[in-house]
Amino acid sequence: MELKRVVVTGLGAITPLGNSVEELWKNLVDGVSGAAPITRFDATNFKTKFACEVKNYNSNDYFDRKEARKLDMFAQFAMIAAEQAVQDSGIDSEDIDHDEVGVIWGAGIGGIQTFSDEIKGFVKNEENPRFNPFFIPKMIADIAAGHISMKYGFRGPNFNTVSACASATNAIGDAFNLIRLGKATAFITGGSEAAICEAGIGGFNSMQALSTRNDDEKTASRPFDKGRDGFVMGEGGASLILEEYEHAVKRGATIYCEVVGSGMTADAHHLTAPHPDGLGAKNVMKAALKDNDIKPEQIDYINVHGTSTPRGDIAETLAIKEVFGEHAYKLNISSTKSMTGHLLGAAGAVESIACILAIRNNIVPPTINHFEDDPEIDPKLNMTYHKAEEREVNIALSNTFGFGGHNASIVFKAI
Amino acid sequence: MSDIASRVKAIIVDKLGVDETEVTTEASFTNDLGADSLDTVELIMEFEKEFNIAIPDDQAENIGTVGDAVSYIEENAK
Repeated sequence: MELKRVVVTGLGAITPLGNSVEELWKNLVDGVSGAAPITRFDATNFKTKFACEVKNYNSNDYFDRKEARKLDMFAQFAMIAAEQAVQDSGIDSEDIDHDEVGVIWGAGIGGIQTFSDEIKGFVKNEENPRFNPFFIPKMIADIAAGHISMKYGFRGPNFNTVSACASATNAIGDAFNLIRLGKATAFITGGSEAAICEAGIGGFNSMQALSTRNDDEKTASRPFDKGRDGFVMGEGGASLILEEYEHAVKRGATIYCEVVGSGMTADAHHLTAPHPDGLGAKNVMKAALKDNDIKPEQIDYINVHGTSTPRGDIAETLAIKEVFGEHAYKLNISSTKSMTGHLLGAAGAVESIACILAIRNNIVPPTINHFEDDPEIDPKLNMTYHKAEEREVNIALSNTFGFGGHNASIVFKAI
Repeated sequence: MSDIASRVKAIIVDKLGVDETEVTTEASFTNDLGADSLDTVELIMEFEKEFNIAIPDDQAENIGTVGDAVSYIEENAK
């Protein structure tokens, strides 16, 4: 059976760097930090008091009040990003067979704010247990894919992927593979997360996963810098329309690029710590390249997972050096999390957009906030520090790794 | 309009996102005001909270219109 080719025909984003793809890309290229003091709740008593929030967000700008109440913010971000991507691609046109269009969404956690609110309500009145009837359908992570299908009537394959910070990349990878196999013509895919709440910040704080640089939040997300002290929580959503190549050509869709590889592996090592030699990371990049026999030397840009945690950043650079050999020094590498913060389950979708637009524009967005080299990170690697770099980007790879040891990579190629 | 009726009405307007003028005594939550089964359960919970009463499930099943809700609460609110 011949596998079908898959292309990207639509993009959407609501992120800490802007509530549209254009704004996101401009700020990525300009090296803007999305970090600021937390406004979603009173963080006075929390170890971390800042995050990368979606700015000026008011659900009433996007939903009527009744609709908004039934959607946790993670699902709101999903609907907003998906709507932009659907409009961008025109995939909801009447001539397209809606039975052949699916939705695969990624969310690492789901409705954590909803869960936390309901439990607070329950604890106040345990002798008369009352839960809102929308509690479960608001909280469950898969509801994002459900809502998107209902809005547009897309009746193809429909589910959510849950693999912590690799979720969106797993979603995009699944969509890619299902189209290749002919199981659907197109997918609305991507990811969203909204965990800047007491439980989210407090939970990650107690794992010592978050930066606590409260006096200088804009420089807190500093991947590969010697002084890095954890990731900065982000929130938002990003969406891609993946479509079978011939179908896209036939209907005259705008094609951003081709999807040419996806890899998925496990560390099988530890709950939260990466394998010290980057074993899973190494295998996942190799697996992604293997899909279309892409040689490591063909890669121009890697958008790394690079969360700004002490151990994760080292392990990933070791893996890159092993997979790419001498070519590792010719690559442009960057962690856009230095600007967006870490959007957890949505990270892979935002970073896929960074790769796709790097290919379209031949510009690599930077890793900002570099002050001092870490002796454990090879200084000859080009991390695209401080400023975006112009270079021809033909093929770009995005890595994401999640708690639980889940690794997922995806590869995009110019068309 | 009684105090209870106006408070019931306010809850319905808020939760169902409907216009005040639609919330007549005869209006059915599901047929006239666009509520689904989950919305109806939520309304009952909101009435319980607002009026500090417990509405058993077998009674809640009989509350289908704005008027039903107002009469039930008038009889049972403390």
